[in-house]
Amino acid sequence: MTIRGASLIAGAYEHPGRELPDRTLPQIHFDVAAGALADAGLDWSDVDAYYSAGDAPGFGNLSMADYLGLDLTDVAATETGGSSYLVHIQHAAAAIAAGQVKVALITLAGNPRSGGAAPGGSARAGGAPEAGFENQFGMSVPGGYALAAARHMYEFGTTSEQLAEVKVAASIHASHNPHAFLQDQVTVEEVLASPVISDPLHRLDCCVITDGGGALVMVAPEVAADLDRHCIPVLGTGTAVKHTVNGRIDLTHTGASRSGPLAFAEAGLTPSDIDYVSIYDSFTITVVITLEDLGFCDKGAGGRFVAEGNLRADGGRLPFNTDGGGLCNNHPANRGGMTKVIEAVRQLRGEANPAVQVADCELALAHGTGGSLATRMGSSTVIMGRSL
Amino acid sequence: MSLPNPSPRPSSENQRFWDATTENRLELPRCRSCGLVIWYPREICPDCHGTDIEWFEASGQGTVYSCTTTRRMPGRWGGAAPFVLAYVELDEGPRLMTNIVDCDPDEIAIGDRVEAVFHPTEDGPALVRFRPAG
Repeated sequence: MTIRGASLIAGAYEHPGRELPDRTLPQIHFDVAAGALADAGLDWSDVDAYYSAGDAPGFGNLSMADYLGLDLTDVAATETGGSSYLVHIQHAAAAIAAGQVKVALITLAGNPRSGGAAPGGSARAGGAPEAGFENQFGMSVPGGYALAAARHMYEFGTTSEQLAEVKVAASIHASHNPHAFLQDQVTVEEVLASPVISDPLHRLDCCVITDGGGALVMVAPEVAADLDRHCIPVLGTGTAVKHTVNGRIDLTHTGASRSGPLAFAEAGLTPSDIDYVSIYDSFTITVVITLEDLGFCDKGAGGRFVAEGNLRADGGRLPFNTDGGGLCNNHPANRGGMTKVIEAVRQLRGEANPAVQVADCELALAHGTGGSLATRMGSSTVIMGRSL
Repeated sequence: MSLPNPSPRPSSENQRFWDATTENRLELPRCRSCGLVIWYPREICPDCHGTDIEWFEASGQGTVYSCTTTRRMPGRWGGAAPFVLAYVELDEGPRLMTNIVDCDPDEIAIGDRVEAVFHPTEDGPALVRFRPAG
């Protein structure tokens, strides 16, 4: 059995808010679910499956199903951090292909900006078997990614100027997005002049912290056939967990080196077929390593690849994160996977902001990374098409 | 400014490791079935899944695999900045997360040789950190 083309994304919605002090977390889940269902032209009563991750409060799926009034015959909770929502797509695609689900709802919501969560803070490690061997040394989230960046620079000669170009491209794209948290274009020099957080990462190498969220509605082909909305077929998915491998961690690779080939194989495609990519950009280094691992350039050549301007919508060979990404637009709940998929859907529908719409966008890839490049991560890749 | 010394909470699987660090020794678990030096300490082998584990005293010598000087961070670690976060590859094989201390943060680099030092914690076993060798 293949999931290629067996399910479609019928609804996609990104919350326009970036600071939502007057909305509860369940309310934000409601807002984005309602938005995605309206986008699809479906009703709450059509939903028979619901998928959520660690950002769903209380008892996760059960609390949210109760709160939202959902009548469900399938649920799944995945916790791979910011990539969870792409893993959900893989699971929903399989359940739909198996005939067990007709309409699946996936939501993400968070309010770290107004909720006062410390940047990069996490309490999840309590009780983890590794906790005493990692939590005692002051590893912030930027600090962990800085370890990966430093090693990449050491092995491959990657430079801070090259990393900065990732932010520059994202900022150009964000300047066309009226909802983006940061809308000002920045230069390489401005990135390098911003304060160093953890060598070699500067403040402008880091993503934003925002409230908000997003939701997707995935449907079976027979449901899609009755909708007026342009539905986006899911062509391939791949998921992989990469961890410290018993003290043999390799900081220069991510789980994308496995999830990517799985997704391409299922889709019957290669990297050169892809017109647009959404790459999880928790930090600029995340993009560089992920592009290498997905096969868009050779291992170690990611810095040069981005420095050539390839990521820019205006003339680049591989336009990326045309909403401005996590670096500029939005990073709700400190989890960037959902918005990656939503912008890919916009591109395939031809509904991206006009200045950054990729001409004749037929095939798009979205990639999520959750956890930390410095320790353990869940990587998930989804390839979608404008049509089957 | 000296680094925070948060106390780890030992479990029955890693108590021996922490008992040793508190006596200024680095002991590591090794799988008797396949010989793997196990990191982080646990009483299973993640390679061969054996459960016959022995402990041995490691050299405390290693090489910096990666390092970063954290200059801004919330909380008490921010108050101790700049400080060096690192992965050190032990001569016995594993790469472990740690701090490099007793050094100029701007001088420490990947590939540098380092040796273990033991820092008492607030109310628990000692932490393993590293300083430039020699």
